[in-house]
Amino acid sequence: MTDRVEGSAESLEAIAALQDPVRRRLYDYVAAQDHEVGRAEAADGAGIQRTLAAFHLDRLADAGLLDVVFRRPAGRGGPGAGRPAKLYRRSAADHAVSLPPRDYRAVAEVLAEVVEVLGGEEAAEAVARRRGRVIGGRTAGGGDEDAGEGVVTVLAGLGYEPYRDGAVIRLRNCPFHSLAEDFPPLVCGLNLALIEGILEGREEPGLTARLDPRRGGCCVALRQASKNKTH
Amino acid sequence: MTDHHLALLNVGRIREPLDTPAMAGFTEALEPINALADASPGFVWRLTDGDAGDATSIRPYGDDLLVNLSVWESRETLWNFTYRTEHLELLRRRREWFVRVDEPIIVLWWVPAGHRPTVGEALRRLERLRRDGAGPEAFTFREFYDPEGRSPRGVPAA
Repeated sequence: MTDRVEGSAESLEAIAALQDPVRRRLYDYVAAQDHEVGRAEAADGAGIQRTLAAFHLDRLADAGLLDVVFRRPAGRGGPGAGRPAKLYRRSAADHAVSLPPRDYRAVAEVLAEVVEVLGGEEAAEAVARRRGRVIGGRTAGGGDEDAGEGVVTVLAGLGYEPYRDGAVIRLRNCPFHSLAEDFPPLVCGLNLALIEGILEGREEPGLTARLDPRRGGCCVALRQASKNKTH
Repeated sequence: MTDHHLALLNVGRIREPLDTPAMAGFTEALEPINALADASPGFVWRLTDGDAGDATSIRPYGDDLLVNLSVWESRETLWNFTYRTEHLELLRRRREWFVRVDEPIIVLWWVPAGHRPTVGEALRRLERLRRDGAGPEAFTFREFYDPEGRSPRGVPAA
């Protein structure tokens, strides 16, 4: 029981640190970037003064929400190059507080292992796809909007943190991250089916979802389905 | 840690002979995925039958059991190839080509850097995993042991 109490206390402190609106803006800015962020950039991103940003960034790091790294800018080194820059990035740690205490992850791990033992991956994907259709159906878009925007909004609401990478929509966050680390083909397959279901539920023939894993982030990417018109 | 490398054996019971149309998705992926492995950071070596360039003709236990044996520099590099490349999609589709088996079909173990495990050695590690469960001599990604025999998830091995 001691572990769970200690874990919760750290997470409670982390989440409490976000109550300050300035800290919240700073955290959101840093978390949304694809690169490590220095204090000047963070200050501009949050619309505040640099010394104030530095203070709050360090409070966020103390609370375990941001990690600090020191890097020399590329091409600089040797004596006279100056101190390495202090940069911030979102911490990889999960923070969760649930009251009363709930532990869905523990039962998810049991159920995932059961699916493996039973060889039920296909059934799991079918269930996920059905759920995705229900979710997608609830959020049907207006006729005129760009197909991508509506989907981006839905996926953002589910925690995927979608962003555009040229013509591709990628997902910065995997909402099932630690479960996916323990059961990658099952959870990634299930996740793909869920997102395919969402697209089907929204009747978005213009977009397809595929597994396209990268080092970080969610392994699913969405692309425009190939069009038949000639250019 | 560079004095030890991580070996992996993966066995699979194919649903049909490799030259049947149902297996085309698998056989056509062999060359590109093997090339991807060879080019991946941390890749050290994989078992091949010299002629074919892959290990599919090596059948230690009857016609329908394939073996895949490779050595990597670290858990992280092996993980990144296995689950963060096009290989993930093939894993997701494995039931199209491989029969489900009740016992573990993947085993990991540490070898001295430069050592090339034999199929016999690898199969003995798998036997150990199946018989005794995961331990420092034979383990899995999920129940992993470092070269000193420590497991990050639980207590160190006695």
